[in-house]
Amino acid sequence: MVGGLFIIITSQNYLKKVVGLAIFQTAVFVFFVSLAKVLDGTAPILTKMENAYSNPLPHVLILTAIVVGVATSALGLALVLQIYRNYETIEEKEIQSLELKSDKLNV
Amino acid sequence: MFNIFLDDAAALVVVLPLLISAIIAFMPSKIWPWIISLVTLVLHLVLSLHLLKEISISGLIIYEFGNWEPPWGISFKIDGVNIGLQLLFSIFVLVSTFYSRKIFLSEIDSRDSGKAYSLWLLAIGSLNGIILTNDIFNLFVFLEISALASISLIALGAGQNRKALLAAFNYLIIGAIGATFYVIGVGFAYAMTGTLNMNDLVIQLAQYSDGQLAIFAGMSFMLIGLMVKAAIFPVHIWLPPAYSYAPSAVSTLLAALATKTILYFFVRLLYEVFIIYPSYLSLFLDFVLYPLSLLAIFIGTLIAIYQDDIKKLLAFSSIAQIGYITLAFSLKDHSGITSGFIHIFNHALIKGGLFMAVGYFAILYKDRVTLNSLRGFGYKYPITSFALLICGLSLIGLPLTNGFISKLYLFQALYTNQMYFSIALVAVSSALAVAYFWKIVEQMWFSEIKFKSEKEDAYIYLPIWIITVSIIFFGIYSSPIIEFSNLSADYLISGYQN
Repeated sequence: MVGGLFIIITSQNYLKKVVGLAIFQTAVFVFFVSLAKVLDGTAPILTKMENAYSNPLPHVLILTAIVVGVATSALGLALVLQIYRNYETIEEKEIQSLELKSDKLNV
Repeated sequence: MFNIFLDDAAALVVVLPLLISAIIAFMPSKIWPWIISLVTLVLHLVLSLHLLKEISISGLIIYEFGNWEPPWGISFKIDGVNIGLQLLFSIFVLVSTFYSRKIFLSEIDSRDSGKAYSLWLLAIGSLNGIILTNDIFNLFVFLEISALASISLIALGAGQNRKALLAAFNYLIIGAIGATFYVIGVGFAYAMTGTLNMNDLVIQLAQYSDGQLAIFAGMSFMLIGLMVKAAIFPVHIWLPPAYSYAPSAVSTLLAALATKTILYFFVRLLYEVFIIYPSYLSLFLDFVLYPLSLLAIFIGTLIAIYQDDIKKLLAFSSIAQIGYITLAFSLKDHSGITSGFIHIFNHALIKGGLFMAVGYFAILYKDRVTLNSLRGFGYKYPITSFALLICGLSLIGLPLTNGFISKLYLFQALYTNQMYFSIALVAVSSALAVAYFWKIVEQMWFSEIKFKSEKEDAYIYLPIWIITVSIIFFGIYSSPIIEFSNLSADYLISGYQN
């Protein structure tokens, strides 16, 4: 989790930021799934034997969160692509210097 | 036949915009998506009014999805706290949708208007979900849908200025970090209590009466996540670029409603759930929210003074105004919460009106609206300019406008809590607000250049004037807003005293 956050903050490349975000989110998903573990638990399937089973609710929640995460990454990547088409680079520093130049031209 | 719809009104106000959004997504027509959206939102308003009627009879509606009883199923809760906000939301989205058509036509490719209105309705439906939901995980889902829809809408501004893409990307990254923090908090809360339903959460949390570290960690994560989303001061950096580079119609919707709905949920979480640990709550309110609000008010106003770009100026003033709201909520008593809700209502109207007027100037001027570009606009476009003037005076808080009512109640609340330093600071920052607004007025009316007045588009100035008239109306006859806010505070504070 911290690794993902570190990548988002430190990397200059927008693509890497999206990947860092995905890692960060996945770490939280794993945290949720680990909450569901019951000792000696099996998969939560209804059988005739009475077994201890893992809590299925966090799994379901995370299924939803994964979908949200996929949508976020997809939108992020689409934006990176558009940024590349408009600026021809996805490095934060280069874009900032480009913007500074265009601001000076306008003034 | 129609009764079937009314029975499910609580669900339909959210589901209807989401459904229609899917239908109009691929419509090639230029005008039909707008008409369908308008019809949908009229229905939305009817449903909201029906909910108001129900609430005035029963006082509380719990809508259980799929008839699964809470705490197992997801439920929506409508009570005195959110009915006022629901009504404001419903009316404002209708007006801003009416306003949005001409703006969208001139700012984005007209073939995209189906997609734009699809995202527009998606944002509306999910923001409404934030108002109604009673389930902390369900909130996360709505939070993310609304964030993704608004990010896409912001990115539509790239046709005007490519910086919109960067603004949207930053919002995506920062917003997603905020939302993920919130989910971590939900995870902690679920691990300790085994429930996601807000009412049940209070009951379950009561068993840890002395408090557990895991719960406090979870609560902190949730609050920080929501603070990022609501743009409370140190984590507001995504907001100014996002508001200023978005298409003008989109800034109107976002500035007026997006942060407000999240602030509402923030308060609800504080005073309905976390109230169970008064020591933690007062720690958070006194040492985190209160100082941050003061900083937000002061710094937001100061930065706004030095902005040349009008939309950026308004965005920074939004940061300061959010500071006023959180300052009111950090007071922990009835008067504070009431004045916070009053300012939520009033600021939604004021900022909506201001962004609408500036948005119209942006399409008339066909470039970013800076201070210089407004020169002489007061004579060139008198109808819209006058509306802008009234909204601006209301932002400062002049009598006869609803901004005055907000400030009055805020001062009263601060005075009863004997926070004289904050009173002084709020007064100073109101005076500074005069400074930045005066710069606009000076350019519009007092520059040398004089223009002949030109014809203005009634489709655009009509909604602007609806907002402006309501600002004056609620400035003189303010009891509806005050009553709704009182009701919200009553409901929240009753939990505080038990």
